[in-house]
Amino acid sequence: MSILVLADLHEGQLAGATAHVVAAAKAIGGDIDVLVAGEGVQAAAEAAAKLDGVSKVRVADNAVYAHQLAEPMGALLVELADGYTHVLASASTTGKNVLPRLAALKDVSQLSDVLAVDSADTFKRPIYAGNAIATVKSDDALKVITVRTTGFDAVGDGGSATIEAVDTVVDNAQSSFVKQELAESDRPELGGAKVVISGGRGMGNGENFKLLDGIADKLGAAIGASRAAVDAGFVPNDMQVGQTGKIVAPELYIAVGISGAIQHLAGMKDSKVIVAINKDDEAPIFQVADYGLVGDLFEILPELESKL
Amino acid sequence: MKVLVAVKRVIDYNVKIRVKADHSDVDLTNVKMAMNPFCEIAVEEAVRLKEKGVATEVVAVTVGPKAAQEQLRTALALGADRAIHIETDERAESLAVAKLLAKVVDEEQPGMVILGKQAIDTDNNQTGQMLAALTNLPQGTFASEVTVDGDKVHVTREIDGGLQTVALTLPAIVTTDLRLNEPRYAKLPDIMKAKKKPMDVKTPADLGVEVASKVSLLKVESPAERKGGIKVASVDELIDKLKNEAKVL
Ligand SMILES: Cc1cc2nc3c(=O)[nH]c(=O)nc-3n(C[C@H](O)[C@H](O)[C@H](O)COP(=O)(O)OP(=O)(O)OC[C@H]3O[C@@H](n4cnc5c(N)ncnc54)[C@H](O)[C@@H]3O)c2cc1C
Ligand SMILES: Nc1ncnc2c1ncn2[C@@H]1O[C@H](COP(=O)(O)O)[C@@H](O)[C@H]1O
Repeated sequence: MSILVLADLHEGQLAGATAHVVAAAKAIGGDIDVLVAGEGVQAAAEAAAKLDGVSKVRVADNAVYAHQLAEPMGALLVELADGYTHVLASASTTGKNVLPRLAALKDVSQLSDVLAVDSADTFKRPIYAGNAIATVKSDDALKVITVRTTGFDAVGDGGSATIEAVDTVVDNAQSSFVKQELAESDRPELGGAKVVISGGRGMGNGENFKLLDGIADKLGAAIGASRAAVDAGFVPNDMQVGQTGKIVAPELYIAVGISGAIQHLAGMKDSKVIVAINKDDEAPIFQVADYGLVGDLFEILPELESKL
Repeated sequence: MKVLVAVKRVIDYNVKIRVKADHSDVDLTNVKMAMNPFCEIAVEEAVRLKEKGVATEVVAVTVGPKAAQEQLRTALALGADRAIHIETDERAESLAVAKLLAKVVDEEQPGMVILGKQAIDTDNNQTGQMLAALTNLPQGTFASEVTVDGDKVHVTREIDGGLQTVALTLPAIVTTDLRLNEPRYAKLPDIMKAKKKPMDVKTPADLGVEVASKVSLLKVESPAERKGGIKVASVDELIDKLKNEAKVL
């Protein structure tokens, strides 16, 4: 077995997700190479080389790979995939954007959001918003897989992989980067946070999300939201937790003013401990909450903040 | 410019599915079916492009069993001009759908293809990207804004860190995210009119595409159920439980 992992980057640095994908690669077994592609990504390559279990880091550092646009990234992966049995990426918006292009060009299926490895060709993945778990076997010569990071504990440092430059440069006249508006936050990243506190439509407006800030500060939490809160413009899209947003599985998840629609539960029901704060004692969120507190969030949140 | 929209018939998003007792699949007998919500957004975007005068014709296409014609009729009622049904009773995975759509793109030569970002049954999130690769066209996935400007389209994408805008040469492939638009409801007169709009029926064999995939479904299980928890009476009790019982504080 020989596995290529596409590294996730965040503003040019190695993103935390990659260590989880390497863990999935270790569960498959075999040689693990990591591809770091972007512009000015030497530091990311060095970080990837330290990940436990990685034998080689391949670095494609060129302006054409800046922002990891799908077209050049897909073309690069097609060039590099020969000789590998598996190509893995995290189920981030980058992995989801790029990997299906590789799969199609290699005429193989892609397995999305894999959360467990049964063997080198058999995997578990969620379907129907995680309300069913499918075990699927791939007989394709190349397995193209996106990995749900919450399914695999990150590998630590301790590796010392070799770093090798990739000279392949592809053309891209089809797409170009225009601009990016990235949310600025000092808080931990949603996907990796130990504590997440999320607000829903019950928060009423964006201003009221400040009620979550003090609690998040005290708990070192990331702040998330339901789709309804994002659609209403209370908070930006990158905060959406759920089937079609971010998947989180922290030690502690606190849902505030969120009813608990299946699409929201799909993104957080693997959290270790769930707390729900809702004024409707019949809200479905209470069916998955370890601790439910029925009441008005506008009274409960300030009290919670002061008593923590 | 012609716009092609791909729509999928899936379980209604409000339905909670059940797994079959023999674990062979989920049980879809007598379950309410509907157009995939992301495809509704795709149809709406195409129709708006036509209303703005950017698109000249909207063609809806689906791959699926006979019953999937219901979803094509819905697309026609929402404003699509004609429909193409690629009829198959086989489970068509994203790769097969992308190959079939690539053939349709070849025949129809649209200026833009709009798909949903994800089908809410398989949760694959692949077809648009695969179609883009197979047709050698650029892709703007997870779109929250689409602006056609001459021979280019600007697509604002919902990415993990926020929003990203890319410029693509046309023709291009776009996949929709939730914030792109709010789909309209079909009005009764439009539903009546939709019955008379043209619908072409073809088979995968007509298009020379093999639907079978090399991925087999071995087993489908329910996820581990969470045990229902308790209600606490006060903030003090909550903090106490989190500290001393759950030990997460
Ligand atoms: C294709 C598709 C994809 C989707 N993807 C996602 C997704 O990824 N993530 C997601 O979250 N949703 C998703 N949804 C939407 C989902 O179906 C629900 O509509 C959404 O989760 C509801 O958000 P909410 O719980 O904040 O709002 P609501 O359902 O309106 O609930 C608000 C809750 O707040 C409570 N409340 C109100 N005021 C107070 C108060 N003062 N104090 C305490 N409680 C109060 C109410 O009792 C209520 O339970 C998706 C839907 C579709 C169709
Ligand atoms: N059987 C199908 N027929 C038509 N379009 C489809 C079909 N399957 C997927 N699609 C399109 O591809 C999108 C993404 O689906 P998927 O990649 O399978 O999650 C859907 O929202 C549709 O626009």
